Amino acid sequence: MTGTGNVVTPLPFPTAARRELGDQQLRHNLRKATHTIRDKRLRVVGEVSDWEQLRVAGAAIKDDVLARLPDLLEQFEAAATAAGATVHWARDAGEACAVVAGLVRATGTAEVVKVKSMATQEIGLNEALEAVGIQAVETDLAELIVQLADDTPSHILVPAIHYNRSQIRDIFASRMLGVDASSLTDDPPALAEAARRHLRSRFLSTKVGISGANFAIASSGTLAVVESEGNGRMCLTLPETLISVVGIEKLLPSFADLEVFLQLLPRSSTGERMNPYTSLWTGVTPGDGPQTVHIVLVDNGRTDTLADEVGRQALRCIRCSACLNVCPVYERVGGHAYGSVYPGPIGAILSPQMSGEGANRTLPYASTLCGACFDACPVRIDIPQVLVHLRQRGVDDSRGRPSAERTAMRTMSYVMRDRRRYAAALRTARRGAAPLRLVAGRRGALRRVPWPLSAWTSVRDAPLPPKQTFREWWTREHSS
Amino acid sequence: MSTPPDARTEILRRVRAAQPAAPVDVPRDYAADDGPAGLALVDLLVDRLEDYKATVRRCAAADLPAILAASLTDVPSVALPPGVPAAWLSLYGGEIARDSGDGLTVADLDAPGVAVVTGCAVAVAQTGTLILDAGPDQGRRLLTLVPDHHVCVVRVDQIVERLPAALRRLADPTRPLTMISGPSATSDIELNRVEGVHGPRRLDVVIVA
Repeated sequence: MTGTGNVVTPLPFPTAARRELGDQQLRHNLRKATHTIRDKRLRVVGEVSDWEQLRVAGAAIKDDVLARLPDLLEQFEAAATAAGATVHWARDAGEACAVVAGLVRATGTAEVVKVKSMATQEIGLNEALEAVGIQAVETDLAELIVQLADDTPSHILVPAIHYNRSQIRDIFASRMLGVDASSLTDDPPALAEAARRHLRSRFLSTKVGISGANFAIASSGTLAVVESEGNGRMCLTLPETLISVVGIEKLLPSFADLEVFLQLLPRSSTGERMNPYTSLWTGVTPGDGPQTVHIVLVDNGRTDTLADEVGRQALRCIRCSACLNVCPVYERVGGHAYGSVYPGPIGAILSPQMSGEGANRTLPYASTLCGACFDACPVRIDIPQVLVHLRQRGVDDSRGRPSAERTAMRTMSYVMRDRRRYAAALRTARRGAAPLRLVAGRRGALRRVPWPLSAWTSVRDAPLPPKQTFREWWTREHSS
Repeated sequence: MSTPPDARTEILRRVRAAQPAAPVDVPRDYAADDGPAGLALVDLLVDRLEDYKATVRRCAAADLPAILAASLTDVPSVALPPGVPAAWLSLYGGEIARDSGDGLTVADLDAPGVAVVTGCAVAVAQTGTLILDAGPDQGRRLLTLVPDHHVCVVRVDQIVERLPAALRRLADPTRPLTMISGPSATSDIELNRVEGVHGPRRLDVVIVA
């Protein structure tokens, strides 16, 4: 099913990137944050002697899941149902939001607490709930910052990565109800304390919690949420009703498979040996936690992605965001430039595959193909390979239409097919370039030429042809 | 005329149509077995727990009541899961609230100065992780969540080196599981770790030989 919701990019990447690059503070914040996390990740990954074996196993387990997905989905549904959960299915973002809104309305409550979840961001759940009069309170610190600032997330793991501490302090001081603005400092522990006080009473009284899941165990119907602050535990434990929105690719065949992913994920995402809290629950446990448990399985473009032989490896993704943190492009433009809730290298291959048409076609070009993302990926997604594949697909799709680039390439191919034609063309180019050598000076390159060639020189130099070719040099050197 | 298929039918049909055919072999040559348990393992666990700002004490079994009493001198009230032996707190002078019968309420647990004392199911030395599986000496999940101070007692024979061995030790993985690595923390401000958000801000671990 073609994906909808917040995976569809509203603007072409180059346009959005230019806008973001104008913000110097943003670039400073991103550079500081991504370099901090990079160093931490390298340190804790270096501690693990069998890291590469874990990566290989992680990739294979996910490929195995994709190969057996229909059976595993049915197995998961049966096991979760037997454990007391109710399983729902949703084809796209709108359907998923409608299911969740219906479930919340049935409880009669007008406020829900949320654990940070990419799936609910992807389907635009908060906006959909608001439209029917239900307020969704984000409880993850970074999500809370973004929600209070009326902004959108810019990173998979740390949606507020684009803010520094003093900007966060200002957001809290002006937008957080009941906060004492005059005494609030930008000391991180003070900001964490403010969030704790702000959310405490909500945790203890709200009747409905909404979460995603990092992993779903097919054999037992178990869900897992990996988190740091304890807001997840609050939302998963204290409400009477729990609704979890889960992408269909989140499955793992068995509980034992967690031994691989719970080693890969924390070290790759926050650069910790283990995150502070991981919760696992299986349906309903009498006397412990929510007594009404719903699970919404979401497609939203995942089956489209699965259908592409090369691109389907993107579905291995465990949303660690290591690829964002090492990406030279992400570090400079930030998450908003990608338009989708999935930014960075993984977003550049996931968003266009999930949502297909439109501005998303520009995302596979948002990369230098340096390969750092593949090295960092804990499930060995060959992101550069998929980027090139998607570029190829984009080009193939528009082969019928005329374009200046294709005309130029066709001419070039005609000229280069024949040695004499090629040599003649070079001579002509050299003669044509002769008067320009004065302008070019010693660099031998033009910095600015008039339209339409200015499209080239606006971002790079145009080198002039050399004074002689290798063949000419060779002939002269060996003629005597 | 046929009715449009429901979401479940359509998604499963689309997955079947898109699905890769070849079965996948999963190589599992990562380290799963543990080295011998011993003092080095305890040292590793202590190192990792302290690195994440937990307070660690070690004692002989006979000294546990004294160590717990010393850890709880500034604590007026202790919540206890149903299966924690009364002997553990025999030297503690404050009020003891046992979570049995109707059980403690969220308000009881949220009161200022309440600590909770529990055991654990297994501990992972390499990552400093305590795994709770809602066993009798650990109780319901909210017991170790709402109070601001958690004291966890770990027996040396519950310590394993790596996560794979720890998960294999769990009697029933469908019980509610909580893995705890240090006190509540966040990395959301400039990606630096800051301790103390919504979960217990103080985590004390007592390792009993």
